[in-house]
Amino acid sequence: MTLETTGATPSLTLSGIGHAYLGRTVLDAVDLSLAAGEVAALVGPSGCGKSTLAHIAAGVVEPSRGRVARRYRRHGMVFQDPRLLPWATARANIAYPLRLLGLPRRERRERAEEAANRVALDCADLDKYPVELSGGMRQRAAIARALAIDPDFVYFDEPFTALDVALKRRMQDLVIEAARGARFGALFITHDLMEAVRIAHRVVVMDAQGRGIAGTRAVPGEPGGRDDGTVYRLVAGFLTDDPLFRHIHDIDERRTP
Amino acid sequence: MTTVHADAILDRLGRVGQFLWSGWAGLAGLALFAALWQAGHERYGDFILPAPLATLAAGLTIAGDPAAWELAGQTTLRAVEGFALAALAGAAGGLAAGYSPATMRLARPILTVLLGVPPIAWIVLAMIWFGSTDGTIITTVLVAATPVVFVGVAEGAVTRDRGLDDMARAFGAGPLARLTTLGLRHVAAFLFPALTVALGSAFKVAVMAELLANTGGIGGALAAARANLDVAEALAWVLIAVAGLIVVEHTLVHPIRSEFERWRNAARPWGVKR
Ligand SMILES: Nc1ncnc2c1ncn2[C@@H]1O[C@H](COP(=O)(O)OP(=O)(O)OP(=O)(O)O)[C@@H](O)[C@H]1O
Ligand SMILES: [Mg+2]
Repeated sequence: MTLETTGATPSLTLSGIGHAYLGRTVLDAVDLSLAAGEVAALVGPSGCGKSTLAHIAAGVVEPSRGRVARRYRRHGMVFQDPRLLPWATARANIAYPLRLLGLPRRERRERAEEAANRVALDCADLDKYPVELSGGMRQRAAIARALAIDPDFVYFDEPFTALDVALKRRMQDLVIEAARGARFGALFITHDLMEAVRIAHRVVVMDAQGRGIAGTRAVPGEPGGRDDGTVYRLVAGFLTDDPLFRHIHDIDERRTP
Repeated sequence: MTTVHADAILDRLGRVGQFLWSGWAGLAGLALFAALWQAGHERYGDFILPAPLATLAAGLTIAGDPAAWELAGQTTLRAVEGFALAALAGAAGGLAAGYSPATMRLARPILTVLLGVPPIAWIVLAMIWFGSTDGTIITTVLVAATPVVFVGVAEGAVTRDRGLDDMARAFGAGPLARLTTLGLRHVAAFLFPALTVALGSAFKVAVMAELLANTGGIGGALAAARANLDVAEALAWVLIAVAGLIVVEHTLVHPIRSEFERWRNAARPWGVKR
């Protein structure tokens, strides 16, 4: 994969990003650049600041230091928790960003149904309120909401954790497929290295203390083109031979200094 | 398409049915109350506590009199005017306080003072300021009802889900869009119960202020009944005031509120619904 060297302008550039919550630094000097159409998997131990970085990149949180340059048209975002409006039906939830864009009601409805269809949400479930949906359905509604606006960049924050194995695979395939059709690039946060290797062009490992990016590894082959055996071998190789991945499964939250 | 309509109609019918059912339960409660009242009447006699049916008859006589309607209309108008002003002031202030902690810190002591002064003192002050006019009643109602709305709305604004705010921001919503699509919708769930309470106290305070300021209306009629020691008539007026309040609550406040609370009902199993 030569995406990084093709010279195309990057779709997302983070430079020198630092952030502190209430005076406690959680991110420092993070530099990351994603080529147009590239899917990068961001991995790192729990609490190292992955979600915070995604929020900063998506403009939800103002960083204390550093610059964000976005060169895509429009982004969607799937949060770690579904964040659905409790008073609106699944359909209205999926259509919410379309409403923000000011689209007419009829088009919102059509596009919401199309997006729901893509994430295998049944039409009968679209009239239900979030309280009436299962955890996996809620998460799929959140994914459909991000896809409904036809984004060319998507932030995924551990989107498939609430899904069962079969559905997880199907959603991964959806991301692979949509991204490959040059429909979108993505920053894909996950703690599942298998998932990262399956769907990404590149695995980015975050420093366990949030002090920058520890390193990145290009994944050989194309997303979607790697069969299960290859994925398994790649992951095993990363975990046994590559010092970069040594702390990836540390479960301890970092301690406050 | 027709099935969609049929579904919608069925849904509506179901909710009307639920509403009627709750009315039935309310009637049972009222019947119990009337029975207690009757017992009191039989114990203490006609002068202290006239029978419920006698009161009802007195109420019907009053209701047949156009002049009485005028009095009731006068009170309703004053109460509703004061209530509307209170709703506006309370909602605007509550929103400001909920969204800006500085405003909240400024508003809280003022609120404590407002709530600490008994309504009766406000009536005296308003009488001095406005004399025996509508202004006295409306001011008293405004002062009594505003804090309720204010507190409800402020609490709603404070408890809004910031996660949803962040979500909307990620999808490009500006502050105004976030306020109209998320903030107000969340606050509405707190606003309606507060409005119910405020409306109730608006009526009560209006009648009280009328009685004390001697400015006609239901309160004035009550004062006259008291002067004549006509307990049946006094009770009949109370009955009319309460009936008016119940009508307003059930035709206006409850339907709007249940529309806003549909999603909460969706999670409830059958039988637990109100
Ligand atoms: N709103 C907040 N206020 C204060 N501290 C926060 C806030 N959000 C996150 N943090 C802190 O910032 C650090 C990084 O959090 P973040 O959610 O970015 O981690 P993460 O890498 O996404 O973890 P996980 O893999 O468990 O989702 C944590 O130590 C967390 O306690
Ligand atoms: Mg996270």
